[in-house]
Amino acid sequence: MKAFDYAAPASLPEAVGLLASQPSARLLAGGTDLLVQLRSGRKDADVVIDVKKIPELNEISFNPADGLTIGAAVPCYRLTADAAIQSHYPALVEVASWIGGTQIQGRASLGGNLCNSAPSADSIPLLIALGATALIAGPAGRRSVPVDEFCTAPGRNQLAPGELLVSIQIPAPAPFSGAAYLRFIPRNEMDIAVVGAGASVTLSNGVISAARVALSSVAPTPLFVPAAGESLLNQMPTAEALEAAAKIAQEAASPISDMRGTAAYRRHLCAVMVRRALELAVARAQEIN
Amino acid sequence: MSVKVQVQTTINNEPVEFLCEPRQSLLECLRDIVGLTGTKEGCGDGNCGSCTVKLGDRIVTSCLVLGVEAAGESITTVEGLAHGSTLHPLQKAFLDHAALQCGICTPGFLIAADALLQKHPHPTEEQTRFWLSNNLCRCTGYDKIVRAVQAAAIEINGAAQ
Amino acid sequence: MSTTTYNVIGTRPVRHDGADKVTGRALYGADLQLARMIHGAVLRSPHAHARILRIDTSKAEAFPGVFAVVTAADFPEAPADKIVDFGEGDTMLSSLRGNILASGKVLYSGHAVAAVAAVNAHVAAEAAALIEVDYEPLPCVLTAPEAMAPGAPILHDDLPNGNVAELIRYEMGDLDAGFAEATVIVERELDTATVHQGYIEPQNATAFWSSDGRIHIWCSTQGSFVARDASAAVLDVPVSQVKVTPMEIGGGFGGKINVYLEPVAAMLSKKAGRPVKLVMSRRDVFTGTGPTPGSRVRVKIGVNDAGKITAAQAWLAYEAGAYPGAMVGPGAMTVFACYDIPNVLIEGFDVVVNKPSTAAYRAPGAPNSALATETVLDEIAEKLGLDPLELRLRNAAQEGTRRADGPRYKRIGCIEVLEAMKASPHYNAPLPGPNCGRGVAIGFWFNAGLPSSATLSVNADGTVNLIEGSTDIGGSRTSLSMQAAEVLGLRAEDIHPTIVDTDSVGYTGVTGGSRTTFSTGLAVHDAAQIVVEQMKARAARLWAVDEVAFSNGVFSANGQSFTFAELAAQLGATGGPVSCSATVNPKGVGGSIAGLIIDVKVDPETGKTDVLRVTSVQDAGKAIHPAYVEGQMQGGTAQGIGWALNEEYFMDTAGDMRNGSYLDYRMPTALDLPMIETIIVEVPNPGHPFGVRGVGEANIVPPLAAVANALYRATGKRLNRVPMNPATILGL
Repeated sequence: MKAFDYAAPASLPEAVGLLASQPSARLLAGGTDLLVQLRSGRKDADVVIDVKKIPELNEISFNPADGLTIGAAVPCYRLTADAAIQSHYPALVEVASWIGGTQIQGRASLGGNLCNSAPSADSIPLLIALGATALIAGPAGRRSVPVDEFCTAPGRNQLAPGELLVSIQIPAPAPFSGAAYLRFIPRNEMDIAVVGAGASVTLSNGVISAARVALSSVAPTPLFVPAAGESLLNQMPTAEALEAAAKIAQEAASPISDMRGTAAYRRHLCAVMVRRALELAVARAQEIN
Repeated sequence: MSVKVQVQTTINNEPVEFLCEPRQSLLECLRDIVGLTGTKEGCGDGNCGSCTVKLGDRIVTSCLVLGVEAAGESITTVEGLAHGSTLHPLQKAFLDHAALQCGICTPGFLIAADALLQKHPHPTEEQTRFWLSNNLCRCTGYDKIVRAVQAAAIEINGAAQ
Repeated sequence: MSTTTYNVIGTRPVRHDGADKVTGRALYGADLQLARMIHGAVLRSPHAHARILRIDTSKAEAFPGVFAVVTAADFPEAPADKIVDFGEGDTMLSSLRGNILASGKVLYSGHAVAAVAAVNAHVAAEAAALIEVDYEPLPCVLTAPEAMAPGAPILHDDLPNGNVAELIRYEMGDLDAGFAEATVIVERELDTATVHQGYIEPQNATAFWSSDGRIHIWCSTQGSFVARDASAAVLDVPVSQVKVTPMEIGGGFGGKINVYLEPVAAMLSKKAGRPVKLVMSRRDVFTGTGPTPGSRVRVKIGVNDAGKITAAQAWLAYEAGAYPGAMVGPGAMTVFACYDIPNVLIEGFDVVVNKPSTAAYRAPGAPNSALATETVLDEIAEKLGLDPLELRLRNAAQEGTRRADGPRYKRIGCIEVLEAMKASPHYNAPLPGPNCGRGVAIGFWFNAGLPSSATLSVNADGTVNLIEGSTDIGGSRTSLSMQAAEVLGLRAEDIHPTIVDTDSVGYTGVTGGSRTTFSTGLAVHDAAQIVVEQMKARAARLWAVDEVAFSNGVFSANGQSFTFAELAAQLGATGGPVSCSATVNPKGVGGSIAGLIIDVKVDPETGKTDVLRVTSVQDAGKAIHPAYVEGQMQGGTAQGIGWALNEEYFMDTAGDMRNGSYLDYRMPTALDLPMIETIIVEVPNPGHPFGVRGVGEANIVPPLAAVANALYRATGKRLNRVPMNPATILGL
């Protein structure tokens, strides 16, 4: 690992200014991806900018009207312990308890997971399913990008030079809605998803009125499959309907073979994991009744 | 080499100051600068848990923390677990239950298990295994570690209701 | 079965090094800090097979903070035919030397090419990256069948049979006649992937080459004397010029017998004039040390109507990695070792491939071959409608059974282990539901003898200091102290064990081959008996008698008696201290049989296997410290389950390991295993005074096959490849 300098700005403007003046800077939140990449030589930095001292990036706030805002640097262990998240976003608690293990969750943030933009990122399919948006700050001010448009290629995303992620905003859950993220890993913990599936479902009088489906590890980016959700609209959540939606998601996938699984196996898993995630999301939507 | 940074921190309830390069991990700082070599390095990428320390109110793999990030923080390492010459109940349970063989993973397991028992005074086997899954042991098959943690839970917190 | 009663043996005292190891005080190799010490980094080949055209170290040497750079050119030439004895196996000095730093060609991705010593490890790594190496890439070959095929790329020009370094053949009886008598014949071929021991502590070595020519090495090793001898051979200095201080060792499982860093650190130190510390990264450990061979094994077994095996044939090809020395010998010797079979043919091939040079891993070679035998037997039992344990019982090896490679067994516990499995609560419990299966298998490991030394010195307070040279990987300080205590009539806590450097104790072989509690235990036992004799002589002098009796720690004659402590307090006045040494090279090694019962559940949609229940059974001969015997059984079982289900070296076609991290190598976590039940069987080894056999290894032999058999019961599929991971189970 090459030598670098360290800065810990205390405000967003300071961070944006620093980022603008340091083209080879890297942002550090939990460091669970960045420090591994720096150490293995996959990334370099002249300056590492620690964003954890910026108040806005450390906040969790929820209200029933606006929903949930998660600061980009909030570590997973704070999400899993948050009462509002526990009661309104159980799937988010699950995903935050599955990223790495206990110690990784002491550092890793959903913001970091999003900005690392790995195709296998566990939290992104769920964030897409939940209709989350990314709030970005930069030299030109602030802008919002839907999470389903955020990632552009493996390790790449919509952040322009000088920009940083401030927070992730998730709408308040609709009545009779449920969400789930499920991943397949060969072990029971400490693995990268071979396939991950996020799903959300809203029911109106027992009929699906909204649904979103996204996948991880089956395309160059986490993959939003609008057609899978749309196929469920105005349907009863029957096994056949969920199966059909899962098949649509499977068709959209373009997996590769690597050390974590073959393309054929991943394609097979797409249908299984999406169906199971939809089943769980439906069960959660019905539970609220 | 970049300019070294002075870091003021608290380690095992004692104020500690050290000088480090920004690229040095907290693990390196603890071991090579402060001289606390009880915390071990097994992988350098957060997957084995041997370098687990308590940082503030949570546990972390210290290989994935920069030493400079420890400024103003409070850190507990395996050296800070015992009270003087009296072993922590977890340390005693690990010895009584033969929960270590080579011992290299033991410091990380002890710190992780201590945090577990603070969160779950009487963890189930499943909770124990889930919490400790960031800590690899290659010698024991985990059986005696899980039993030791559960025995220590009773020692510390009494029998579960 | 063991019937002798003991005072100390069979109890569960707290280990002597326990407090140090739970408080962080125990010093492992990487914990060493020496005055003026500098740090090294090793440059490794990115190619699996390439000719080295040029190495230019000038930029690294000029980099600020660098003290020394070494390449193969800095080391003495290895004589073509010199052999280095590792105790558990030999290797050619030229192979050892070539593996430590490549010259001429690199033979695997990860092969060390050069090393740098600098003011700190970061600077050393930066400087190593500045070393320019020009490679001419060559085609690589990664599996034994491919390497044996005509036209395969050749690794070494000096092997007589292409990439086949050695051919092994064991024959007994009349194979054709045997198969002619059989009514059921099953033949299967199974592959296993390269796997790593996975010890959590990376290899490390610190060396100081003094101006007087003495070389001091501190390292993590299973055998300080082997590390000394191998380092001296590579450096071409007399063994007496090298002193190895074994630090605490963070796991080995066979992988810390070979030297990798020690001679390199020494040569860097010679150039730099300072102590040099080298520590591997986890990726270095995966790609630059010795995993255990991948293999292809074909087994054919014939059985008659009575369920007796009439003939068995095995063909084994093991991947040695870059240099000869796959564990195909022990694989071939153990393939049918659990059974009494009249007609046998075994052929084994040691095949070099462009992967890391392999090393021992817990019963090296045996799990690979037992996988084939034990799954074929399972299939035969089903065809015959026999309980799989019953089929094994009808053919179990016993005292007098001859193995195809020659030896006849003395007392061996195969039947006792099978009976214990059959009677176990686990075997008699119902399976919990659909998609579940139960598998069984057994396995054999020889165990080793080899020399050991020990010294016992009596303290005036009645305690005894034990000096020994066996590095303690899993509680052997205590299993040795307990044997001394048993002889001396003391408590385990009254013995104070210390593991010392190679200048301070007699030659002691590796902590490997399940031999420490057996062999070093025998040295301790013998030294303790000498202590008793000398103490008796002191009492005789004090009492002016000819005969003194000793029992349960009390010396007595003519109605007078001394406790051990009382007599110890009088040594000064009766001729001075008592300090006794013994050295052994025992021949009475007792082989160990282990068995496994395992229940799994398979998700039919994903192929994911959950392990529900496990029972490990093993003949320990005599369990000195039962908790650490159980620990060995549980640990070997866990490693075997990881090997069976998920672990493998995933190589790309260019021979680069794509999963060289704990994240993707997928060793079992705490959440992947249930509690591991243990049943210790005790059929005493007549070759040891307490009956010890050694328990470190046999337990890893059954899991591959037991898991395969359980998966068959759960899914109806017989898989022909390990790891039997989810994708393999679904055929995807």
